[in-house]
Amino acid sequence: MFLKRKYIPIIVTIALFLAMFAAGSFRYTGFFSLQVLMNLFVDNAFLLITAIGMSFVILSGGIDLSVGSIIALTTMVSASLIQQQGWSPAVVIPLVLLMGAVFGSGMGAIIHYFKIQPFIVTLAGMFLARGLCYVISIDTITIDNAFYTNVAQTKITLPGGSFISISAIVALIVTAAAIFIAHYTRFGRNVYALGGNEQSALLMGLPVARTKVLVYAFSGFCSALAGVVFTFYMLSGYGLHAVGFELDTIAAVVIGGTLLTGGVGYVLGTFFGVLIQGVIQTLISFDGTLSSWWTKIVIGLLLFTFILFQRILSARRSILRQ
Amino acid sequence: MKTIYKHHLFWPLCVLAALMLFNLFYSPDFFSITLQDGHLYGSLIDILNFGAPLVLVAIGMTLVVATSGIDLSVGSIVAISGAIACLSISKGSDQNMLSLILISVLMAVVLSLLLGVWNGLLVSVAGIQPIIATLILMVAGRGIAQLITGGQIITVTSDKYTYIGSGSLATLPFSIFVVAAVLVTAVLLTRKTALGLFIESVGCNPMASLMSGIRAKWVMMSVYIFCGLCAGIAGLLLSSNVSSADGNNAGLWYELDAILAVVIGGTSLNGGRFYLLGTVVGALIIQTLTTTIYMIGVPPEITLVVKAFVVLAVCLIQSSAFRAALALRWKKRHYPGEKEIARHVS
Repeated sequence: MFLKRKYIPIIVTIALFLAMFAAGSFRYTGFFSLQVLMNLFVDNAFLLITAIGMSFVILSGGIDLSVGSIIALTTMVSASLIQQQGWSPAVVIPLVLLMGAVFGSGMGAIIHYFKIQPFIVTLAGMFLARGLCYVISIDTITIDNAFYTNVAQTKITLPGGSFISISAIVALIVTAAAIFIAHYTRFGRNVYALGGNEQSALLMGLPVARTKVLVYAFSGFCSALAGVVFTFYMLSGYGLHAVGFELDTIAAVVIGGTLLTGGVGYVLGTFFGVLIQGVIQTLISFDGTLSSWWTKIVIGLLLFTFILFQRILSARRSILRQ
Repeated sequence: MKTIYKHHLFWPLCVLAALMLFNLFYSPDFFSITLQDGHLYGSLIDILNFGAPLVLVAIGMTLVVATSGIDLSVGSIVAISGAIACLSISKGSDQNMLSLILISVLMAVVLSLLLGVWNGLLVSVAGIQPIIATLILMVAGRGIAQLITGGQIITVTSDKYTYIGSGSLATLPFSIFVVAAVLVTAVLLTRKTALGLFIESVGCNPMASLMSGIRAKWVMMSVYIFCGLCAGIAGLLLSSNVSSADGNNAGLWYELDAILAVVIGGTSLNGGRFYLLGTVVGALIIQTLTTTIYMIGVPPEITLVVKAFVVLAVCLIQSSAFRAALALRWKKRHYPGEKEIARHVS
């Protein structure tokens, strides 16, 4: 069988997902159904959207720690504008998306022009966004706007009796768009080149500055979109929403087979990385005897396995090159 | 004069002094220290006492950052170490038994050493990027801590254990002595032996240090073990101060605060140079900032916004690109005619 080496990590990820789903189906009655599969999308729509933004950042060789805070800030801003100021969702949603993109591009600009490590800049961004949430309000703001409750309750029935939410569809559209952007556009190729070697990308005459700023802007936009979806899910704005979410997101990207040094990986891998995290949670909730903190331990173990796996693969490749 | 200005502690101490000055005008009570039952009380003592765990974690982090690494797992180690000590004490028949306390503390210290070994193995032997290698323990560690505490908050009623975090020795909080001991050990080891030089050399270029006969892997490994140990002791201080262990929230955001303290202290994240005393001042700045914000009655959550700007300001000052841009602007302001001439020429 002929397999290109570069596809191995993503095939392992997909196989792992299938194996976990199959194991769950054999072990627990009622697990093997289209609805359980659909619930993975419904419950993880916001994680999927954020992780896709993060994939681009990691592919470009950076990291974005501010995603969780931007989600919280988005829920907070939308809740306060809609509930307390009485603005229309038609104005608020584009506004928060723009806010996310501007926030991200600001961080990207600082990273590129002042040559500060992404880790620190996005850390500051994380503090800032989380702090701004509390400046707006310390308490939860519940949303009872008709549009939001309608979107939250809408169930689109699929053939076979199962249903899917609007948020899940948004997430799937974002995934499709991201796959197209990453593999079929000039911007996508620039991101890969940037992650491969920034110096070479610059010497090749690629627009390094623009690409870098755009990558963080895209991640900020995705986080804000995830925040909108999260608002539909929670129907509230709260400063403590999505705490520690950046780690879940990075874990999903890594489990998806993307190399953290940048330049290697696929958006589709991230998609399955998110699904694997979802399956772990579903398995644990089906089991009933395992506590929810096992999720973190299992995800930690999976992270370890994948990182070691990538390490071995890249080591073998460099030996082959010699 | 220039030596003072150029000294690495100059700016951190200036910030600390500015914070103190602000407090002097805003709330003069800040500096009052009273003696009650042989204990000293006051905001300054509180800063030292509550800041002790952060200072400890930051000392360990400084050495890791000096090897151009980073340890994200310290917060989780803090939680695990507190959880295991409190669990073992709460299981005992007599919670005040000295041997039980000692064994529990020893268990927590050994466990945190092992966790440090794990991080060190991943970074030095497996050669994984530090940020990712320690991410594993950061994610899984919280789960392990929650597993140990069973998702509950374990409360202990042991005067002897509480002494570690809130007892006082010679009228000063006992935790200050713990921190001082670790700090002195670290300073002596790194500045009076060649170890400090080894660490800096590995941080500059691990390959070159290996060529010149330094066992780079062992240096890296020991640094992560030391960082784990510091975080473990910090976990003991923290859990003993509140007499309970919370797997969920203990040590939350500690990794970020510790990195912030290291950066404020003048240690560059690129490694190769480190300032332990700078880090201590950095951690004290963070703690003073938090206390000040509490005292003047601003909602404590605003701390995050202030911290964000502090991080950004400190990093921008460190960035040579930013300084160059600033210098250019400054120069231009001195020669306003230059721009005009340039326009005329073109």
